[in-house]
Amino acid sequence: MLRQLFAAGGMVAVSTVVTGLLYPLAVTGVAQAAFDDKADGSMVERDGEAVGSSLIGQSFEGQGYFHPRPSAIGYDPADSGGSNLGPSDEGLLEDIETRTREYREANGLADGAEVPVDAVTGSGSGLDPHISVANARLQASRVAEARGMGAGDVTALVDEHTAGRALGILGEKAVNVLELNAALDEAAPLN
Amino acid sequence: MSGAAWSQSAALVAVLLATAPFLGRYMAKVYGGEGKAPGDRVFLPLERVVYRLCRVDPESEQRWTSYAISLLAFSFVSFLSVYALQRLQSVLPLNPVGLPGVDAHVAFNVAVSFMTNTNWQAYGGESTMSHLTQMAGLTVQNFVSAAAGMAVMAALIRGLARRRAATLGNFWVDLTRGAVRVLLPLSFVVAVVLAGLGVIQNFKGHTAVTTLEGATQLIPGGPAASQVAIKQLGSNGGGFFDMNSAHPFENSTALSNFVENWAILLIPFALAFTFGAMVRDKRQGRAVFGIMLTVWAAMSIGAMGLEAAGNPRLDAMGVDQSVAPDQSGGYLEGKEVRFGPAASGLWAASTTGTSNGSVNAMHDSFTPMGGGLAMTHMVFGEVSPGGVGVGLNGLLVMSVLAVFIAGLMVGRSPEYLGKKIQAAEMKLVMLYLLAMPAVLLGFSAASVLTESALASLNNAGPHGLSEILYGYASTANNNGSAFAGLDSGTVWYTTTMGLAMLVGRFFLIIPVLAIAGSMAAKQPAPATSGTLPTHTPLFGGLVVGVVVIVAGLTFLPALALGPIAEQLSL
Repeated sequence: MLRQLFAAGGMVAVSTVVTGLLYPLAVTGVAQAAFDDKADGSMVERDGEAVGSSLIGQSFEGQGYFHPRPSAIGYDPADSGGSNLGPSDEGLLEDIETRTREYREANGLADGAEVPVDAVTGSGSGLDPHISVANARLQASRVAEARGMGAGDVTALVDEHTAGRALGILGEKAVNVLELNAALDEAAPLN
Repeated sequence: MSGAAWSQSAALVAVLLATAPFLGRYMAKVYGGEGKAPGDRVFLPLERVVYRLCRVDPESEQRWTSYAISLLAFSFVSFLSVYALQRLQSVLPLNPVGLPGVDAHVAFNVAVSFMTNTNWQAYGGESTMSHLTQMAGLTVQNFVSAAAGMAVMAALIRGLARRRAATLGNFWVDLTRGAVRVLLPLSFVVAVVLAGLGVIQNFKGHTAVTTLEGATQLIPGGPAASQVAIKQLGSNGGGFFDMNSAHPFENSTALSNFVENWAILLIPFALAFTFGAMVRDKRQGRAVFGIMLTVWAAMSIGAMGLEAAGNPRLDAMGVDQSVAPDQSGGYLEGKEVRFGPAASGLWAASTTGTSNGSVNAMHDSFTPMGGGLAMTHMVFGEVSPGGVGVGLNGLLVMSVLAVFIAGLMVGRSPEYLGKKIQAAEMKLVMLYLLAMPAVLLGFSAASVLTESALASLNNAGPHGLSEILYGYASTANNNGSAFAGLDSGTVWYTTTMGLAMLVGRFFLIIPVLAIAGSMAAKQPAPATSGTLPTHTPLFGGLVVGVVVIVAGLTFLPALALGPIAEQLSL
């Protein structure tokens, strides 16, 4: 029995050194040497200052910006989280109904107009950097008006920041909100 | 189901078919023991150093009892190591955010959770664990608890393959070879690929940035890619961040999602081919693979379809959940836009069928039957394809049960791979089958009657019961995924779920080793015209039937009160 415990202790010690220290260090070394931008969080910079990560959503409320999805954690990446409310939760369903109404008002849609599902539901991480193409198209005229841009120019920027399915089949088409809004600021700065 | 759903799942099956048989045959050489294995020139000298340091004689073989004692000793020391790291992290290095030591009951739960390959998380990764705890505690257990599960599987296969033998191999050798020759090289490659796709890998704390609208955001750092790679490959599932593989820094793109989903399934499916090669009958391996694939595919199609169909309550509000070219559609609460209902449903079936437990969408917010399906997939006993090693064990136990039932029906004494199944083995099979439901249903019932336990619920009504059932289904099956609304950080849940994980691990592994020991001693009888062949589609159908009927008889009443009642009430 003692011999078994000694072997167990030795194995835990050896594996702690190899898989707990050498392995992550080796991966870090290779990742930092080969693609440090990505390993460091795909940061987006403007005038040399980091303004966020292209993978992490931010909250946008101004009329001149595209708005992200609702977030249970207010886009605080230090503490990721979703609502974790079930599909029959009355509080959540009320929230979704209110968000649907507000979305129509904000974007000048008729009462009862269909609203894309991603615009009124929160993501699991609370940090979803994307919205659907349908959602972006419906917001385009509001953004164009607030910035005094042509609707066509805004739609063109939306298309430019839409990523298709990976390899043509994986995942879903998505618009990166931070990158799109940063491009808008470049094209027609808000005063 | 949309075209995207079909093409993504077809692509995943194609990549698995291209990679799993290859890896499976390689692993048969790793565990085969006879002759040379590829890479001996590199790996053997490394392994010899490990054996010398631990004073293990690699040539000596163990009976099933000493094999089990070695496993228990190793698990016990692992538990102590992870527990100590958590309690002492505030005074240890690599703690850039200055996190305090973890509370005793949470530390107990987490240490059990990672030592048993469950990786249930009663804590938020980024807000509880220091980088050192994540690396030297959790990542290490990701490797070795997976390697221990594979070792037990190797022992079981040897028990079936050997004739009149007293021993099953050497636990320390199996543990070392599985980690060094399979898990480490695979994880290294997958980790680097993931980092190249945007999964972070650094040693920073929080980076403060000012957003376009002038708010402050704290962007987290840490060695995530190295942990994510092994958490998927080793059926672990414990995330670096609280929201696991829904977090963009753990699963950045649709492509990283595909790589991770493949990594979840690769080793469990490959082991079917390892089995075929080690018992020197490839047809047996292909049959096991076919059974695993059938159940997994059915559950995947179900989950993708249910989530894409959306929540009927939202249709009435004028929310557009249709699948269209410019949106994924489906019920997106708790899901990321880049994955949509198809990649989320496919992942849900994969993670619950493997005892992996990582999530890329919140199962708590799935449609009632979508979440119910994930729960059902776990209570099948994690056999489709199951966790690394333990999944194949479960399926072989189910196969023994299927031969036994078939034998009763035609009045012949049951045999598996030429060896007679007798009373001793069937008693162990029953112990294996009853342990998981006993703790799952027992603790769920106790929780429903305990006021403080009910205070942890995030949802009322049938969905609240689903949260409790899911929690114990996950821990008793060593899965680790959650209906995360349940606040499982309380003393009640950390303790009872810790016990559920211990039962789910050791009351299954020890009977399996005992079965292996008893089978190894037998002399196989030659096949006759009266032998039930165990490589045919007929037998495959019989095993699937046994899996579904055993789970159905045990859990249908509970499922009826949870997910089924909720679906009907929508």
